[in-house]
Amino acid sequence: MADHNKEVDKVTGVETTGHEWDGLKELNNPLPKWWLYMFYASIVWSIGYWVLMPSWPLISSYTTGMLGTSQRAEATAEYAAAQTARAKTGEQLVEASLEEIQTTPKLLEYAMAQGKVAFGDNCAPCHGVAATGAIGYPNLQDDAWIWGGSLDDIAYTINYGIRSGNDDERYAEMSAFGRDEILSEEEIDQVSNYVAKLAGLQPEEGVDLSAGKVVYEDNCAACHGDDARGMRDTGAPDLTAPNYLFGRSLDAIKAQVNAPRHGVMPAWVDRLDPATVKSLAVYVHALGGGE
Amino acid sequence: MVKQKARYLTVEEGGFALLLAATAILGLIIAGRTFDQVLAFHASVIAAACAVGTFYILRRYFDGTYERAPLEIDGKPNYNMGPAKFGAWASVFWGIAGFLVGLIIALQLAYPALNFDLPWTSFGRLRPLHTSAVIFAFGGNVLLATSFYVVQRTCRARMPGDILPWIVILGYNLFIVVAGTGYLLGVTQGKEYAEPEWYADWLLTIVWVFYLFAFLGTIWRRREPHIYVANWFYLAFIVTIAVLHIFNNMSLPVNFLSSKSYIVWAGVQDAMVQWWYGHNAVGFFLTAGFLAIMYYFIPKQAERPVYSYRLSIVHFWALIFIYIWAGPHHLHYTALPQWASTLGMTFSIILWMPSWGGMINGLMTLSGAWDKLRTDPVLRMMVVSVAFYGMSTFEGPVMSIREVNSLSHYTDWTIGHVHAGALGWVGYISFGALYCLIPWLYNRKLYSTRLVNAHFWVSTIGIVLYICAMWVSGIMQGLMWRAYDSLGFLEYSFIETVDAMHPFYVIRALGGGLFLLGAVFMAYNLVMTVARKEETEPALTPTGAVAAE
Repeated sequence: MADHNKEVDKVTGVETTGHEWDGLKELNNPLPKWWLYMFYASIVWSIGYWVLMPSWPLISSYTTGMLGTSQRAEATAEYAAAQTARAKTGEQLVEASLEEIQTTPKLLEYAMAQGKVAFGDNCAPCHGVAATGAIGYPNLQDDAWIWGGSLDDIAYTINYGIRSGNDDERYAEMSAFGRDEILSEEEIDQVSNYVAKLAGLQPEEGVDLSAGKVVYEDNCAACHGDDARGMRDTGAPDLTAPNYLFGRSLDAIKAQVNAPRHGVMPAWVDRLDPATVKSLAVYVHALGGGE
Repeated sequence: MVKQKARYLTVEEGGFALLLAATAILGLIIAGRTFDQVLAFHASVIAAACAVGTFYILRRYFDGTYERAPLEIDGKPNYNMGPAKFGAWASVFWGIAGFLVGLIIALQLAYPALNFDLPWTSFGRLRPLHTSAVIFAFGGNVLLATSFYVVQRTCRARMPGDILPWIVILGYNLFIVVAGTGYLLGVTQGKEYAEPEWYADWLLTIVWVFYLFAFLGTIWRRREPHIYVANWFYLAFIVTIAVLHIFNNMSLPVNFLSSKSYIVWAGVQDAMVQWWYGHNAVGFFLTAGFLAIMYYFIPKQAERPVYSYRLSIVHFWALIFIYIWAGPHHLHYTALPQWASTLGMTFSIILWMPSWGGMINGLMTLSGAWDKLRTDPVLRMMVVSVAFYGMSTFEGPVMSIREVNSLSHYTDWTIGHVHAGALGWVGYISFGALYCLIPWLYNRKLYSTRLVNAHFWVSTIGIVLYICAMWVSGIMQGLMWRAYDSLGFLEYSFIETVDAMHPFYVIRALGGGLFLLGAVFMAYNLVMTVARKEETEPALTPTGAVAAE
């Protein structure tokens, strides 16, 4: 019924289809040639791809394609090749002592490359990309080590962790002097001010520092040492060092004496292979503070 | 109005009153018995909404003043445009809300402190809120509003039912509220773009079936011998979304008093169904639906005939048949078998020209009217939208190629690609349609063309900043991930790639902020269009519609 309505569009000189809806009409232009040929070409290309590659499902399998490729086989082969390429140096790394790795340029280069990647993926979330630490997470670039900064100390800490629950973990726990009512509030104020002074902070006025010293000697020195330089056997931090794990301020010290926070470092021995742990130890040792 | 007495309750009134009352009671029972706080909240919201709906239907009946709207007045169709008006304003509101949440999460990626360490404001909950708000709340309301408008006018018929269209538009927005609050409260199925839990899915399913009735009913009543091309696309969108929604959300609730459900699909089959859904949500919601808008509003605003009827038929059917196969390209190099992955990739390549058919028809419709781009920023917005459509439907097939995908997948390139389509195509065609629709619905002249121009430029700069930042960041990210040193170790740790992307995240947030600013200009412009009460000459409403309100 529409045919007799056909008209010619004045602007383009093309016939319309004769239909009209709400004032809208359609021109009777043919399909653009380039469009049609591109459409055909994409179909032809796809058919070619189907012939060459796995593509169509069958009842119990699929068309494997003339090239016989398989992404699973390719991935397996690439993975094996990468493992072979690393294997030689990797095995040497496992055999060598940490000191040998450090003094053999080829092993050192390998360990540093592996250590950097492993550090970024496993350690950086807590210790920071640049290993500068954060509140609760030690700085690994400085030379203040709670549990020791030799290659072996570092490797041990990485392997077994701190308060990690591993059987060989490093473990230390500071008493909650306030919460468990070991010290009075006044004594906590005194000892905190005394420690603050050791740390180079300004103590509060009117607090008896000599009394604080006595409290320190009776309660703290056993672990932190008489000189407050910390003791690695007990895992007690150096109180005169500039980096305080849970904040270097009088309030933070008081909070810590009152009810201390304890961080956890996971044991990596079950998660990382021995070569990776060795690489990490060498890498962390080289960050600046290694002993 | 003539006061009618002792009118019988119509089947429609009675049916909907019964359905709403039953749903309200069911909601109350669930809210009263469940231990699940979120479900109790949602059941209460649904029950309250249904109770209010029942009240309005019954009040209308007992009031007796309501006269059934006639199908025609003086031989001209009496269109039911109230629901279209509601949908248009809802889309303005949800658009701004969705863009704002998008800006917030863009800033969170650049400055993680903005997560505020609160569960409700964390990226994980706000991200689906953003995607659903822009796709389903903003885009969905634009589609509902324009489809109600277009199908009635191009069929010269009033939509069936007086209550049905309101159930559709209000029910859909109720679904949006339930879904959106669910995200914030941490209820999710964990399926991308299909996060709402089983009860929200049921709500949408019922509303969607009513939508299909309303749309098909209008086509059934049409006074035109043929069905206009826009309506084919709307119908394809409605039917396919129903199928996708149902199959991807086939889940069994733990029990009917729990918000938690488990999907019936397992393992890689679930992944495949999810991306069959996810890709075709793009194909049928964001492409077919918005092509329908393009096919009505561009020729209308340009006052030119559609370029090629034949092209519209061929590209319509090609698009419909080919799009549905392309989903597996989202799962390259995964547990999905390689044959499925390559099949999806080849169909994505074949899809290129069918997609471009829409672009050609949109752009070539301008033949003889190109000069209007200088003077009409609304038309310019829609034409630029089609250009973005062409760009992203070329980029899509390229990214579906396995070798390209191995670089682009999981990187920001994908985000850039999506936003070229979302901001450029879907956003601009929607803005263009709203700039047309609101003046037409209210018989008003648009408040300010200069403000449209400002919207256009501000948003365009925003989009360019956004997608360029994501291209650079994404390709850099992909290259950094695959960089090996000479010893066979990865060159960069993951955190280093995140650090390297920071500047681009800031640029992206800036682009998103400009896009939001443009949308605020639009909202002001549209509100002022209606608020200043300046009627237009009837010339702007081509066939002299009679508003039902």
